[in-house]
Amino acid sequence: MNELSILIGGKAGDGVKLGANILARLFNRLGYYPFVYEDYPSLIRGGHNFAIVRAADKPVAANYDQFDILIALNQETVDKHKSNLNKGGIIIFDSDSVKAQGIGVPLTKIAQDNSLPLIVRNIISFGVLANVLNVDFKTVEDCIKSAVHKKIDENIKVAKEGYSIKIGKKINLSKLKNPAKPLITGNDAIAFGAVKAGLKALIAYPMTPASSILHTLAAYQDQLKIAAIHPENEIAVAIMAEGLAYAGTRSMVATSGGGFALMTEAISLAGQAEFPVVFILSQRPGPATGVPTYTSQGDLFFALHAGHGEFLKIVLAPGNVDQAFQLSADALNLAWKFQTPVILLTDKHLSESTYAANFKESQVKPELANIWNKKGEYKRYSFAKDGVSPLAFPGDKAVVKATSYEHDEFGITTEDIDPILNMVNKRLKKKESIIKYLKNKETVKVYGNKNSDTVLIAWGSTIGVVREISEELNLKAIQPLFLEPFPTNKINEQIKNAKKVICIEVNATGQLASLLKNNGIDVDKVILKFDGRPITLNELKNKLKAK
Amino acid sequence: MKIDELKTNAVNTWCPGCGNFGLERAFKQAVAELVDEGFNLNEFVMLSGIGCHAKIVDYIKLNSFYSLHGRTIPPATGIKLANQKLNVISFAGDGDALGEGLAHTIFAAKRNSNITLIIHDNRIYGLTTGQFTPTSPKGFKGRSTPQGSVEDPMNPVELMIASGATFVARTFTGNINQMKEIFKQAIKHKGFSFIDVLQPCFTYFNTFAVYQKDCYDIMEKKHDPSNFNQAIERAREWNYNGGPIPTGVFYKIDKPSFEEAELKGKDLRSKDIATISDILKTKI
Ligand SMILES: Cc1ncc(C[n+]2csc(CCOP(=O)(O)OP(=O)(O)O)c2C)c(N)n1
Ligand code: SF4
Repeated sequence: MNELSILIGGKAGDGVKLGANILARLFNRLGYYPFVYEDYPSLIRGGHNFAIVRAADKPVAANYDQFDILIALNQETVDKHKSNLNKGGIIIFDSDSVKAQGIGVPLTKIAQDNSLPLIVRNIISFGVLANVLNVDFKTVEDCIKSAVHKKIDENIKVAKEGYSIKIGKKINLSKLKNPAKPLITGNDAIAFGAVKAGLKALIAYPMTPASSILHTLAAYQDQLKIAAIHPENEIAVAIMAEGLAYAGTRSMVATSGGGFALMTEAISLAGQAEFPVVFILSQRPGPATGVPTYTSQGDLFFALHAGHGEFLKIVLAPGNVDQAFQLSADALNLAWKFQTPVILLTDKHLSESTYAANFKESQVKPELANIWNKKGEYKRYSFAKDGVSPLAFPGDKAVVKATSYEHDEFGITTEDIDPILNMVNKRLKKKESIIKYLKNKETVKVYGNKNSDTVLIAWGSTIGVVREISEELNLKAIQPLFLEPFPTNKINEQIKNAKKVICIEVNATGQLASLLKNNGIDVDKVILKFDGRPITLNELKNKLKAK
Repeated sequence: MKIDELKTNAVNTWCPGCGNFGLERAFKQAVAELVDEGFNLNEFVMLSGIGCHAKIVDYIKLNSFYSLHGRTIPPATGIKLANQKLNVISFAGDGDALGEGLAHTIFAAKRNSNITLIIHDNRIYGLTTGQFTPTSPKGFKGRSTPQGSVEDPMNPVELMIASGATFVARTFTGNINQMKEIFKQAIKHKGFSFIDVLQPCFTYFNTFAVYQKDCYDIMEKKHDPSNFNQAIERAREWNYNGGPIPTGVFYKIDKPSFEEAELKGKDLRSKDIATISDILKTKI
């Protein structure tokens, strides 16, 4: 067997997240590429949480809704997911609190006998599972040491008790040769990519599913020599970041739809004053508070149209951690190259799922912005061929005047006809410049059978499932990495021989399909899902087969 | 230096008789004197909101960030975080900093951000042609309150002392010397400095004569600015309706600034890029 899916479930507070993380570390050590999807409601205690840990023999970014093993820390895990157990599947459960058929283990009693809190049931059941998979105990110990930071010896001891329980049936999972990879979330990758492109300040107000960008960078702020600041609200967040950029510091903000709504005045300001700032928008289902801890791709149009007035904006959408690392760095570099707001779209599925990372730290670096040569009198908004005026910062021997008003080259307010026209045109020139710049860059990814006349199109995290199914069904799949400027020509190039173009999205109205249509690209069919859950592999396959 | 060196080419569009002229003059004098004392002209940054007051950044040849209505404080804090050498001064209207942007004002005081906030308190929305603001007196008849405002005014001096500001003052555009001295002290102060400048709006709410008559210097009453209770008591002496108006420095104490506490010596303009490999190793 070289593919396995495990669901671990319990109530909030049962340590499902850590349990899933340790499982992923185990598969990582066995040479597999793990993928972890976490499903939890918006509450702190109680409810029903679960995580799906998939081990595959190639990098993956999607999961099945059929499982080989269930680990049940509560009754609901059995009741809700038993019907999704594959033939021959196994349920490992706490026989002290759960009724099921399979490997019942007195997890509660073992914890109590060791005077440990019930949260260690995740570790005990991990020991049981390791035995089921015929893994040597040294690897179990190693996984615990890498993931658990408190009471390590106690945890290893109870894992051993779980490991020693006699079981009838075992699953033979072959060991693969792939090296172990860092297991990180999309949000981690976004945070690290930005840091490698010179990020020095992350400003954010907590909002799921963007919060972990703030948490990660706050946790490592001293090690990374950056600041992670949490101000009074998202209005302050966005304009504080612009103050930092104005004074020469690479800054970024991270939020979800509701917070992004409050930031739109700042996006418009960044357009007018030409501030280079990156906005991370991690989508969840709306409108309004919506479904806070679930996923959606419903804010594509909101991102594209955010901010009043007409100005250049760049919108990017990575689909996995490797792309997230690269595009987050690109976002910061592009913001500084073109002095304009850049929006990086992610969603709960990419932001919070855990992937095996294959990027290299050295693949990105800060790219130089256009800096003033210190000759003559400085004009912040000097007319330039490509629309990009050289930057100077307060403290330099220059008077740097940035402004939200329409202005002349010095940054002094104007309401006169010619200066208005000149400055509007100067800013719009940047759009031509970026389109030219992107001509030779990879703005569209192509997967699967490149000769197939059925083409699947998806953006963001949804490309994970689409890519895998396109490979399995021998179809072509394409993914625009850039949504603004929209890579119309490159997409047309990829679909010119297509008989059928199918757009697949996690929203209710088919926003990418509309965007394609607006750019003259016809879509034959849309497959949509909008219940807050990502599309699974079986689901997409069935929908494509149903036609 | 001569204050003429601070002139730009912008055409001044304040109404003749506007209190903003005095404020601008006092600020330029303060800057000129500070430069003579050794401050670097390139290290001043002005910010402004939107309103009549905000035009001041067009008129003075210094670095500036002409922000949105109500939003001088967040970028000011950002600028100070980016470069602690800079002297960061926000110019805001009373509608701006006490209405649209009040949350930011309170938080700047709470976190003791090392910036200066100067309120052009004309107690009217000037640029939008005369509506009541948070500091207009009760019963004020403006264009949005033709029957008279039913709300009591806010007392920003009291509010700022209570919110944690470490330098709180009030002054009047009719007293250029006091204004200039307070601006200088505020810029030198390490921590959040708040100055409520009573600035008559010649066109929509001309309070000049009243202020000329009612303003007095609190040092005449042997005020101790390091005493919190005294400062609050003085601040409450005038509730922005009628009566004698205390001016001067109400409160001044020493406390670590937000930026120095937050950054602990980090330089956010450094070109060094940290390695992430140590972190990634822990994720295997
Ligand atoms: C978000 C937003 N709302 C409203 C306005 C319109 N507006 C411009 S200036 C102003 C009020 C100005 O009053 P104040 O801040 O007291 O400054 P003053 O003009 O009196 O100096 C308003 C409401 C705006 N520019 N932005
Ligand atoms: S309207 Fe009032 S505040 Fe505005 S410029 Fe005229 S006098 Fe000054």
